[in-house]
Amino acid sequence: MSEENPVLFGLYVPPHPHPLLAPNENQGWGELRDAYDMCRRRIEESEADIILIYSTTWPSIVGHQFQTLPEPEWVHVDDDFHYLGSMPYKFRMDTEFGEGYRDAAENRGLHARTVSYHGFPIDTGSVVALSLLNPDNRIPACIVSSNMYANRAETIVLGKAARDTLKAQGKKAVVVVVASLSNRMFTEHIEPHEDRIHSPKDEEWNQKILEFFGAGRLEDISQLSRDIHGQIRIQKVVAYKPAWWMASAMGQHNNYDGEVLAYAALNGSGGAVIQLTPSSESIGDKEFDEDDVEVYRGDRNVLESGGGDMQAAGGVEGPLVETDELPTINTSKAPAPVGAYPHARRQGDLLYLSGVGPRQPNTNEIPGGPIEDGKGNPLEYDIKTQTEACIQNVKAILEASGSSLNDVIDVTTFLIDMKRDFEGYNKIYAKHFEEIQATRTTLAIQALPTPIAVEMKVIAKAR
Amino acid sequence: MEGAMTKGEIVLGCLAPHPPHLVYAENPEQNEPISEGGWETLRWGYAKLARKLKTIDYDAMVILTPHWQTYIGTHFLGCDAFKSLSVDPIFPNLFRYHYDLKVDVALSEKMCEIAKEAGIISKMMRNPDFRVDYGTITSCHLLNPNWDKPVVTVSSNRNRHYYSVEVMNEQAIALGNACRKAIEESGKKVVLIASHSLSHRHFTTEAPLPEDMSLEHIYNHSQYVWDMRLVELMRQGEMEQIIDLMPEFTEQTIAETEGGGLTWMMAAMGMPNYPAEIYGYQSVIGTGNVIACWDPNENTREVVL
Repeated sequence: MSEENPVLFGLYVPPHPHPLLAPNENQGWGELRDAYDMCRRRIEESEADIILIYSTTWPSIVGHQFQTLPEPEWVHVDDDFHYLGSMPYKFRMDTEFGEGYRDAAENRGLHARTVSYHGFPIDTGSVVALSLLNPDNRIPACIVSSNMYANRAETIVLGKAARDTLKAQGKKAVVVVVASLSNRMFTEHIEPHEDRIHSPKDEEWNQKILEFFGAGRLEDISQLSRDIHGQIRIQKVVAYKPAWWMASAMGQHNNYDGEVLAYAALNGSGGAVIQLTPSSESIGDKEFDEDDVEVYRGDRNVLESGGGDMQAAGGVEGPLVETDELPTINTSKAPAPVGAYPHARRQGDLLYLSGVGPRQPNTNEIPGGPIEDGKGNPLEYDIKTQTEACIQNVKAILEASGSSLNDVIDVTTFLIDMKRDFEGYNKIYAKHFEEIQATRTTLAIQALPTPIAVEMKVIAKAR
Repeated sequence: MEGAMTKGEIVLGCLAPHPPHLVYAENPEQNEPISEGGWETLRWGYAKLARKLKTIDYDAMVILTPHWQTYIGTHFLGCDAFKSLSVDPIFPNLFRYHYDLKVDVALSEKMCEIAKEAGIISKMMRNPDFRVDYGTITSCHLLNPNWDKPVVTVSSNRNRHYYSVEVMNEQAIALGNACRKAIEESGKKVVLIASHSLSHRHFTTEAPLPEDMSLEHIYNHSQYVWDMRLVELMRQGEMEQIIDLMPEFTEQTIAETEGGGLTWMMAAMGMPNYPAEIYGYQSVIGTGNVIACWDPNENTREVVL
């Protein structure tokens, strides 16, 4: 894998307290505990700066929540398995990361907030995972909630925001998903020795999922999430989201060495400890049935809308409200802004793009050459190449917003030398816009903030 | 008269929603955050019902709350007392409440025992480190801010998640019948509390100032219509009809009735056919909340609305 990958490896672990509190009472629980211990040692031997946890037993409603209390401390007791004992804990959180993750999530259109309160009820799954994987708090952690209403797009974007934050802060992470495979438990009390997977159907599907995990096919599991949910998940947290988040946070591919370290029943549900390590030699193919998403463009804010969706059914995955005000859009496929502005903003049915020039994303290189050197000495440049690059950047922003060049309504172009550059610019413009027939205004200006000759400002239809 | 146990009875049943916003708005000394108020219609309704409760002779409150969710049967609080800090996991900015409550363990054990006899999967919760759910804390604080009566919390078994709303309804009826029998055998006078809202479609963003009442409204009109349908039936004393409607209502409004609270309480009270006392209806972050009570005593029953 690329050296830039900020995720060292991923773990998929079960949320139930049995491996922590009662590993000796059932062979399978003990095997899960041993696998947890192996993962702990691997984390200790790794270069991880942070353990990043997505826990399905922390449901949130008001956006996505990030634990940022530096040292949360409590004695936790599970709602169902209180008779197994108490779980005292004192964890160490990476507050800087949690706050950065919140900002990154907001930048991608999500509603997000940190929680930093003594006594905040950290969920059973997070308590179990952190207690077993990081008992000495050698590495700080960040826990992110599983929003009850979040759909696939929102969860994928949440995973991408985690990567944004890791890259921005230069940190390497072990990402941990805390979730069951099949999650149907027995609804009556059973003795430890009686524990088994609830049904043959659950067992069959668990084996399918484990086969995929074992082959390192994480993105394929993500694509299969809805099927998995329909077959072996009860409603609890609405959908089988953890694979969406995990695949997204780890880079959306199938290039992993997968290891199923343990698999056992936990009061009927399927518990597994799995490690996925990025690799360049794994299966590689992937079966995308659903689109990729960069920015979450839905909105759930009905506070000022004067009412919600009249047609919305009761189901929590039913249609939710869209309002006029939608979030800002940024994409890594266009040059980074040089000020405090987004690449685009949606208002109603329209997309407003900030002015964009020909600079290349990531490198800032200017195709066709800069108009001057670092000391202000003029250089020769190619306006046609600059114009082409400029239009490609516009296209990238529109596509990241779910729109396209064909949806452009109005263009304002700024040239620093009308006499020299208009003709070349006009030819390239015509190549792309002749059939689109957007309205256009071209202005000569004295200078642009970077050494470029052309910049465009665009209004387009939103999709 | 020693030895001749008086038959216990349910002296009042309360539908008592538990949005933490109401405690936050009131600024009691137990709660850490400070507010400028808000949600007065509900708070004034609660104050009025709390005054009525003070005029009633009772030994304990028994509350069924959807925020103690159990998947393996129904659980009952089984320690003498709990003292801790309750922090709402959804609204920690509003609710960080220091509670100190007593439990009527004998009554709790009796209900657990009778429920088991009735074939209901039941368990006592004996772990002293257990944190009592915020639904219990909120509803009990608003009904009895002095906390001078013992409490029994009954967990909400998630039959709705595992099976269906219909199964939830049937199980909650069975549990209600078992609890009534246990209360009668206990010889105690008990106030029942179903701790939940009606419609529960929820804003998923929060106003910058949570108590900004200019931004508070029911999630949408269909939720309001459903809520009013139930409130009207409550006013008419048609509780049997409400329980029959419960599966559809719960589906359409993703209501917290999925936890079985109202069905349980109505079953325990023998499906009242007399009008409920309605103390107030208001939305909280989009959800529909009604405060109501059922008073079996004709002499003290009031027509509030």
